[in-house]
Amino acid sequence: MTTRYTKDHEYIRLEGDTATVGISDYAQAQLGDVVYVELPSVGKALTKGGEAAVVESVKAASEIYAPVSGEVVAVNAELESAPATVNEDPAGRGWFLKMSVKDPAELEALMTEEQYQEFVKSIS
Amino acid sequence: MAEPIHADATLQTTPLHEAHVALGARMVPFAGYDMPVQYPTGILTEHSWTREHAGLFDVSHMGQAVLKAADGSHETVARALESLIPADIVNLKPGQQRYSQLLDDTGGILDDLMVSRPLDPADSGTLLLVVNASMKDADYAHMEGRLPAGVSLTRADDRALIALQGPSAADVMARLAPEAADMTFMASRPMTVAGFACHVSRSGYTGEDGYEISVSASDAAALWQALLADPEVKPIGLGARDSLRLEAGLCLYGHDIDTTTSPIEAGLIWSIQKRRREEGGFPGAERIQREIRDGASRVRVGLKPEGRAPAREGAIIATPDGREVGLVTSGGFGPTVNGPVAMGYVSRDASAPGTELHLIVRGKPIPARVAPMPFAPHRYKR
Repeated sequence: MTTRYTKDHEYIRLEGDTATVGISDYAQAQLGDVVYVELPSVGKALTKGGEAAVVESVKAASEIYAPVSGEVVAVNAELESAPATVNEDPAGRGWFLKMSVKDPAELEALMTEEQYQEFVKSIS
Repeated sequence: MAEPIHADATLQTTPLHEAHVALGARMVPFAGYDMPVQYPTGILTEHSWTREHAGLFDVSHMGQAVLKAADGSHETVARALESLIPADIVNLKPGQQRYSQLLDDTGGILDDLMVSRPLDPADSGTLLLVVNASMKDADYAHMEGRLPAGVSLTRADDRALIALQGPSAADVMARLAPEAADMTFMASRPMTVAGFACHVSRSGYTGEDGYEISVSASDAAALWQALLADPEVKPIGLGARDSLRLEAGLCLYGHDIDTTTSPIEAGLIWSIQKRRREEGGFPGAERIQREIRDGASRVRVGLKPEGRAPAREGAIIATPDGREVGLVTSGGFGPTVNGPVAMGYVSRDASAPGTELHLIVRGKPIPARVAPMPFAPHRYKR
């Protein structure tokens, strides 16, 4: 199980041939209380760096970008009724979507957990 | 996710800046000041705490000023201010406060402000003003350029402003300033709070009962701590201040009102008293009197989107058949309403409560209805 991170604070966790996408704990803390999550439809083709979802805090709407290219295979319907799950458990129950991975090399190019923690330290 | 905004060394600070940092606030630039947007518990918790208990707000960034007639006559200072704003100040009683707007010559809103007439006869001929932080320099220049000889404006930059808002505010204040309990909404008077000389008004920007307390900058931190020592009181940042005022249907300058909007379009006719409506004599009176008589072509309305998605400032408002009828000027999630709420301007034919409209969010139409404001009932002490 490999977890990688983007500079935009999304995580992507590869399990078998699908990957789970969400936002990091740092990201949920920066956003503050999440009140709405707009998820893509299953089957939507995502392009690395393109908009995959929108997360809204009380203050503002933020785009969630696809960490890699692929296709949406599942979305977390629980977030519709309980968006605060993103704050409570971002790495677990607060996931946004599951996707196929078109090119595993794109995944390898992202930051490891250790590199991401260093990155967060450098910007905070 | 977008990068967070980092603090800027050129920002000004309020006398409570250290207190905010010590409380673990997240500080953001606002109107040239480094201000707390939220404390560690977060905006939703702060919002609900204010609706259920008492929230403490640092609003020291706002502009406080004193308008003074050299002859000591209320009539003189009131007439001078009335030439710039549409409220009746001549008949404002001692110890009372009024909400109004500085108008440009076309009746557009340069800023909105609070005006208090001091209670003490010894202060006759003075008015206390509170204006928006982002507009204070422009407001003062505008006023100074138009005041008649014998009326002068003095900035009170050495004063802090602290707001205590919520259903417990009266009990909290009663423990620190017994005189505060007798005040009704929009009353204003000097008093000692926790041992500090203050000027207190029973007003605010949340829709709740509460007070705004003007205190010298040097006493501000000690007064803040004295208020915060009450278990009913928690500090509240600008994030919840915005969601509270939005639910209360109150305008935010630069968003819901500006030079392109008149007080009538904005639904602020209640702040123009009968004598002024009839007599005019304020900037843009011709347009404003015409809009009072004939109705404005567009008006500010409340909007309730269906579902959970918030519609924010800038969203286009359209009829279900796609005709654009306006723009959202403020919108977001209302924690007390437990759903999205918004306000915006629509053409008059689309402004009746219940009218079905679409709000265009990220290119998609979200069904919404024109809704009466406030979204959360006002609970002022009348």
